[in-house]
Amino acid sequence: MSDRNDRLSVLKTYKLFVGGKFPRSESGRVYEVTDAKGKWLANAPLASRKDARDAVVAARKAFGGWSGATAYNRGQILYRVAEMLEGRRDQFVHEVADAEGLSKSKATAQVDAAIDRWVWYAGWSDKTAQIAGSANPVAGPYFNLSSPEPTGVVALLAPQDSSFLGLVSVIAPAIVTGNTTVVVASERAPLPALSLGEVLATSDLPGGVVNVLSGRTAEIATPLAAHQDVNAIDLAGADEELATELEKAAADNLKRVVRPQPVDWPADPGTARLLAFLETKTVWHPMGA
Amino acid sequence: MADVTAGDGALRRFLHGLPGVDAVGLQARAATLGTRSIKTTAKAYAIDLAISMIDLTTLEGADTPGKVRALCAKGINPDPTDRTTPRVAAICVYGDMVATAKEALTGSGVHVAAVATAFPSGRAALPVKLADTREAVAAGADEIDMVIDRGAFLSGRYLQVFEEIRQVKEACVREDGSGTAAHLKVIFETGELQTYDNVRRASWLAMLAGADFIKTSTGKVAVNATPPVTLVLLEAVRDFHATTGVQVGVKPAGGIRTSKDAIKYLVMVNETLGDEWLSPEWFRFGASSLLNDLLMQRQKLSTGRYSGPDYVTVD
Amino acid sequence: MPVFEYAPAPESRAVVDIAPSYGLFIDGEFAEAGDGKVFKTLSPSSEEVLSEVAQANAEDVDRAVKAARKAFETWSALPGSERAKYLFRIARIIQERSRELAVLESLDNGKPIRESRDADLPLVAAHFFYYAGWADKLAHAGYGPDPRPLGVAGQIIPWNFPLLMLAWKIAPALATGNTVVLKPAETTPLSALFFADICRQAGLPKGVVNIVTGDGSTGAELVAHPGIDKVAFTGSTEVGKAIARTVAGTKKKVTLELGGKAANIVFDDAPIDQAVEGIIGGIFFNQGHVCCAGSRLLVQESVQDELLDALKRRMSTLRVGDPLDKNTDIGAINSAEQLARIRALADAGEAEGAERWAPACELPSSGYWFAPTLFTGVTQAHRIAREEIFGPVLSVLTFRTPEEAVAKANNTPYGLSAGIWTEKGSRILWMANKLRAGVVWSNTFNKFDPASPFGGYKESGYGREGGRHGLEAYLDV
Repeated sequence: MSDRNDRLSVLKTYKLFVGGKFPRSESGRVYEVTDAKGKWLANAPLASRKDARDAVVAARKAFGGWSGATAYNRGQILYRVAEMLEGRRDQFVHEVADAEGLSKSKATAQVDAAIDRWVWYAGWSDKTAQIAGSANPVAGPYFNLSSPEPTGVVALLAPQDSSFLGLVSVIAPAIVTGNTTVVVASERAPLPALSLGEVLATSDLPGGVVNVLSGRTAEIATPLAAHQDVNAIDLAGADEELATELEKAAADNLKRVVRPQPVDWPADPGTARLLAFLETKTVWHPMGA
Repeated sequence: MADVTAGDGALRRFLHGLPGVDAVGLQARAATLGTRSIKTTAKAYAIDLAISMIDLTTLEGADTPGKVRALCAKGINPDPTDRTTPRVAAICVYGDMVATAKEALTGSGVHVAAVATAFPSGRAALPVKLADTREAVAAGADEIDMVIDRGAFLSGRYLQVFEEIRQVKEACVREDGSGTAAHLKVIFETGELQTYDNVRRASWLAMLAGADFIKTSTGKVAVNATPPVTLVLLEAVRDFHATTGVQVGVKPAGGIRTSKDAIKYLVMVNETLGDEWLSPEWFRFGASSLLNDLLMQRQKLSTGRYSGPDYVTVD
Repeated sequence: MPVFEYAPAPESRAVVDIAPSYGLFIDGEFAEAGDGKVFKTLSPSSEEVLSEVAQANAEDVDRAVKAARKAFETWSALPGSERAKYLFRIARIIQERSRELAVLESLDNGKPIRESRDADLPLVAAHFFYYAGWADKLAHAGYGPDPRPLGVAGQIIPWNFPLLMLAWKIAPALATGNTVVLKPAETTPLSALFFADICRQAGLPKGVVNIVTGDGSTGAELVAHPGIDKVAFTGSTEVGKAIARTVAGTKKKVTLELGGKAANIVFDDAPIDQAVEGIIGGIFFNQGHVCCAGSRLLVQESVQDELLDALKRRMSTLRVGDPLDKNTDIGAINSAEQLARIRALADAGEAEGAERWAPACELPSSGYWFAPTLFTGVTQAHRIAREEIFGPVLSVLTFRTPEEAVAKANNTPYGLSAGIWTEKGSRILWMANKLRAGVVWSNTFNKFDPASPFGGYKESGYGREGGRHGLEAYLDV
């Protein structure tokens, strides 16, 4: 964010992204975000449990429409996200470089990989059911078909270390199948996530499908893990101790839990996260004249 | 319910508004009822009941008065070695054999049933069918087994089928001034109607037109009575009774050859319609070889040893 | 007195030889519990003691896990085609011994012989036969070119379908190369112990299948044991949650198949006679001890009276009594404890103002019995519309439009199954799409098949059993 020439730059007020809008934290709190060397970058909203609650309400409200949209439609919207990001590539390279202390070329590689990841997942929208579903040859006069459906509202604790590629790598697979999400951004490096909200808001993604919160991961994640209207939680951004505590809380309504594990974010993501937040529904019908 | 038969359109709307029949579910229910285990005293009861419900049938081009008389003798006294054996319900013959049968059955209580209306195809002009019916009634038939015009039914001319049944019913009135009438059984030839939805519609159509009994089959086509088809008839009769208060009988015919099969049908009657239908007045079997199997089973129950075909009569 | 009275038609008990006592089956041998503790297993239809069974404690569980761990080395290294043949053998032996096992199951569980004979046992054999075929085809299952087993699976099964639930657990575990420690339910341990003998007859290597009998404490020891890699549980949602808490922070993979409060939705254009059968089968099959039971009947208001009349008439023909009588439709409630729970909830239904109806039916004087029961005037606010009764009790609610039916059907923390009855195809597909449940039966109910995935949404658990999907629970993917 260094100033060019003698002009004083206009700084951005980073805000949460909830229900397609950009509110400040209801708590009125912010926290200081610095680059890898400790230099001030911005004040980010310090989201509260009430912000988490509002985000869940927004995600639940969006679920019917988003999960009911055609796969083709969802795929096009994810692709649109890639298009929008491509246009703001420089901004994200800058933010990622600052956030993660990367050289420009390394940050560029992260952002390019993140854009390509949106493209990869966009193409999955209308193929997931074909690889995860099945026609079942039951021993009787019945038509029997299994198909995957989105689990519902998913809380995503974005990875702490990979502020943008890691973030995209947990959001895109969750939403492409029709889930809606509440994302807790990397605690130390939330700015790329908050900026992503601005991209999503202009990509035809319905409000509430992705809700982005910044702040203390443990503080926001705890109510999310215990929330009875959250159906699943990805613990990528939780350390071992927090993850265990959250997994226990998640048991209260039997959330689907993805435990934290080491991930090489630039590598081929495979289908594990894509298939993690799906429910298989099997429909039977008799066959008779 | 007169309004539903006021015109072709009304009748069609009514018949097509009946609840559908899910084939798989129906077959599963019939199969489950078929797993009932009927033993000892229950079996003895069921065998005697089944015998008493038989319309002992001969419907061959080769039928002669001699053959009919033999069958009548068998019907009156099915097991010459055991006089406690009940008599059958009726002897079922072609119209020209009615007089012979009537004479042979005099005083026995066994009815004469005559097939009529260009049995088994039903392909004749209505006046011919009515004449066929009147003749059989005049010759002394207690019961008339008519066939419906499946062609008319399948092409949706329901009112025509309805009218035909109604007129045959009128033709069943005896012209001896007694004011009585032969009982009318209406055969659908369910094997030709193909779907259970059609069978249910045909059942209601016939009952609305005044059928005293509804009957599955002629025994002359590839597919005759089956448990699921009969179950549709039983359910229709049950619902018709609940709606109108009128009790109608049911007769599966064709292909029922063993005691085990017959007992499955009785279980179906018992668990679908209950006690009120468990008599020859309301349920019949159209059969010929079934009787001997029932007799052999009856002998096994009374003696404890298995019988053989030489211990029942060939007729 | 009915005209046509069915005489008693008891299946012979002589085909099954129950020993006076059974040990734990560990490493291919039967052995007493380390501390010698035993418990009795009863026939719920007569309260007769059938046998005494060892109560496994922590050390016994540890021995079983160690045996399974040892066996895992060689079992997982076997070619899939060899594992397949063991499972095919087991399927065949089950078919051969199905009469014996059906009688045993009806004795220990209380379910009618008609069901153990025609539903449980055929499905048990079919399940082993189905997964046998997968053992050497895992590379083609969509889980990568060489999916690996997890290791030792700790499996806990309920009392409602003892042998079938064993099959659902053991068949896919073994096919994928895992070894197992299985704990049958406290009230129905016998068929699992007979299964141990089937393993012996099939020549299954020792330690591949271990059976530890006991109560909930034995199950808790198994779940918490650090030596297991996988927990598979079928049972109550309450215990499922406790298991999820226990394994939090570990690497244990978990699948849970838990409770349900399924809506069986009947529209005014339904095939009514089949719908009645589906409702009856949906709630009275297995005395209603079925997690996917259609315990909430949602009927469209326009056909409510007609349907209820038909339902009551049909309920009056249900035959309640001796599980071994071949004509019994509804057997005994599995335990005194379960009977008390059903009674308490039914009483709550009455206390909350719902109208209770049951056909006149004479219940045996000994054993645990509950007449098939119907509640009308039930709303979503009643306990009997929300809580799983797990007994032969149907709650009837009404709706007016498809939207309302979906909203009410989904208005539950559970999401295991649902039923739809209508002749309109597009409505079926619309409803099936909207219902949040893992199994949707349209114009049928309570159908099961080894090729068909089964499992729930929401608090009905996670993971699927059956079909290709059922492999995932036992693979490191």
